[in-house]
Amino acid sequence: MMSDFSNTTQQNEDQVNGSEKPTSPNSGLRLDFSSFWEYSDAPESKDHVEIRDRYEHFIGGTFTEPVKGRYMKSYNPADEEVIAEFAEGTSGDVDSAVKAARKAFGKWSKIQPKERGKYIYRLARMIQERSREFAVIESIDGGKPIRESRDVDVPLAAAHFFYYAGWADKLEYAFPGRKAEPLGVCGQIIPWNFPLLMLAWKIAPALATGNTVVLKPAETTPLTALKFAELCRDAGLPDGVVNIVTGAGQTGSSIVSHPDIDKIAFTGSTAVGKIIQKLLAGTTKKYTLELGGKGPNIIFEDAPLDQAVEGVVNAIFFNQGHVCCAGSRLLVQESVADKFIQKLRDRMETLIVGDPLDKNTDIGAINSKEQYERILKYLEIGRQEGATIYQGNNSLPEKGYFCKPTIFTNVSQSNRIVKEEIFGPVLTIQTFRTPDEAIEKANNTPYGLAGGVWTDKGAKIFKTGAEVRTGVLWSNTYNKFDPASPFGGFKESGLGREGGLHGLYPYVNLKQT
Amino acid sequence: MQEQIKYDYLTNYPIDEVGVEERVARLNSRSIKKESKIQALKLALSMIDLTTLEGKDSPGKVIQLCRKALQPHSELPGLPSVAAVCVYPTMVPVAKKELEASDVKVASVSTAFPAGMVKLSAKLEDTRFAIEQGADEIDMVISRGEFLKGNYNFVFDEIAAVKDACGDVHLKVILETGELGTLENVRKASFLAIHAGADFIKTSTGKISPAATQPVTLVMLEAIRDHYLETGKMIGMKPAGGIRKAKQAIQYLVLVKETLGAAWLTPEWFRFGASSLTNDLLMQIVKQESGIYQCTDYFSND
Repeated sequence: MMSDFSNTTQQNEDQVNGSEKPTSPNSGLRLDFSSFWEYSDAPESKDHVEIRDRYEHFIGGTFTEPVKGRYMKSYNPADEEVIAEFAEGTSGDVDSAVKAARKAFGKWSKIQPKERGKYIYRLARMIQERSREFAVIESIDGGKPIRESRDVDVPLAAAHFFYYAGWADKLEYAFPGRKAEPLGVCGQIIPWNFPLLMLAWKIAPALATGNTVVLKPAETTPLTALKFAELCRDAGLPDGVVNIVTGAGQTGSSIVSHPDIDKIAFTGSTAVGKIIQKLLAGTTKKYTLELGGKGPNIIFEDAPLDQAVEGVVNAIFFNQGHVCCAGSRLLVQESVADKFIQKLRDRMETLIVGDPLDKNTDIGAINSKEQYERILKYLEIGRQEGATIYQGNNSLPEKGYFCKPTIFTNVSQSNRIVKEEIFGPVLTIQTFRTPDEAIEKANNTPYGLAGGVWTDKGAKIFKTGAEVRTGVLWSNTYNKFDPASPFGGFKESGLGREGGLHGLYPYVNLKQT
Repeated sequence: MQEQIKYDYLTNYPIDEVGVEERVARLNSRSIKKESKIQALKLALSMIDLTTLEGKDSPGKVIQLCRKALQPHSELPGLPSVAAVCVYPTMVPVAKKELEASDVKVASVSTAFPAGMVKLSAKLEDTRFAIEQGADEIDMVISRGEFLKGNYNFVFDEIAAVKDACGDVHLKVILETGELGTLENVRKASFLAIHAGADFIKTSTGKISPAATQPVTLVMLEAIRDHYLETGKMIGMKPAGGIRKAKQAIQYLVLVKETLGAAWLTPEWFRFGASSLTNDLLMQIVKQESGIYQCTDYFSND
């Protein structure tokens, strides 16, 4: 399966423009990145990884067969083979998970905070100890390159547990003069783009504040959550503190509507977020939502261009573009646009698309068939809207869901590919003339999760930062995460913050004492 | 097509140091194994400018170095020879005689290497002398003091004059990046040297620490790339000093491959200024072929 639109459109256009001098980006001079010295395969070994054929729910400290006995399959998106079966959760399964969590809550919320911290530290250390195993499973199950699961997902997940373990016995300092009480049972629903990391974002602050959880991983990537369940068991975490129920949308809906859940934390699409918000209206459940985005990445003419190219690569091609805060809308100042796009195209040639387990892979497999088809649909929409598509000459594997890194130029604010979240390695490039125009375009979206600004001038960074309506704005970098830093959206990108001190608020009731 | 920014040494071209280091770190994460490793080791060996630049250099020392250059390791007869031997001007005839029958070039430093703190006429004299003695390549130094003062025209004119004195002889211009302080200066000096007539740009004399670093090399490679895409003219690159291990050399080759592409992966366009690197490369090549690391005593120290 390939998404291979040729770049003939662009070449024809070059000829039409027909610059005489060999000095412009249209000159036809090309750097040859593919021949002569090619990197040999460097696959990460799978020998140390144990994956069972079938996984049940993890409820009350034991793996429990689903009430209705139904199972779903998890596929490796890089070869379309089944990796394992996992239980399909029904309302009965959710109910027993909530009961187990409620039972555990009494004790867990009352043990010494220091003891709670010890358990969380232990989970953090055990993630580090088994980091290679987690990284490999994350890449097999979700298609992300091992370079990222090894260097980003797993270390950051451990860092989140370490960070919130530290807060467990210091809540009186987090909320001076007030007493932080846990909420009770938290229902948590996480997406498929960063399975283990999103689990850490959800579970670590919940446990640190004395809550118990029922967590549902996404149906395309349940395996690291189930591995984490094994780790909870091995760590001796009290039964029922962490419960994992697997399944698809219906299972998630059972969690959202369960009457004995006190808080819902959801990360996923804006469409589903709106449904959840409707379901929760009028109930006493607290909730946080971390939803979609269409991040503006603004390149001013005085930016460090070569580093900005790298920043754009990190912004849109990181994790195949399956990133809610991806910088999917590039806004580049007209005076440097041609040079910048040329540099970006050359950089795209050196991206290696392929086997997620190869250590040299930059872009792995699209997470699922469904998402793959969705991206292809958007590529078609872009062409129909009259945009100019450019894809690198990257070779793709024969099997699996792979998509070349793609840029669209000649697009405008009214195009669907500019307005809608594609969630793939697809970048739209618009130009602007003045800073005001850049900010206006950046803000002209229902989303407001994250963005980037690139300039050599400090003052411009602060001015842009004050005016762009996003929860996060990176300057001269992109997609940098730290457990101490709060993350969340403006507008339709979500409610509430995760990470940092702010990430504790959604998990506590504050009482004035 | 409207004209956009031009690359020259008078315009400031912002460079973000943190970003450069991140890019280098990402390139360093490339895993070079099996055939691609053997190919890289041999390629790196063929790109070495085997160097001795000491006050105590004598004909005996230079002859020894030339023999090593011709046949790096007699136990592996199929190996390439190195690209060049790099010496002081007075040692050029000795090296020339030893290497006469081979493809190994003789490079000579000149222009009052390493400081270059003499008047232009002396620099030109130094250069002409090295060429008369038989040098195939000239490695000159720029006047860093004048560059840092902002006296770019002075530096430009000096390079142009030396290039003129060189004629067809290959000119490598040493920027001495360890004294330039910022990556933006490195970029500026690179363009200055290129526009003034350099065939190669080179990081360091090896007499100042830090010598070659990967961030500096990346910035210079990007300058070469931008110049190529603007003019179609290729410029060579030579990091020198501080590259001692085969692993480092492979990392440099990855930088070249992913910045400039295959055309530059030849001794004609990329060189390593190094001496101790040779034996580590040989040791790794032997390891790849035989499966065992040999003791350092099996490799000749020259």
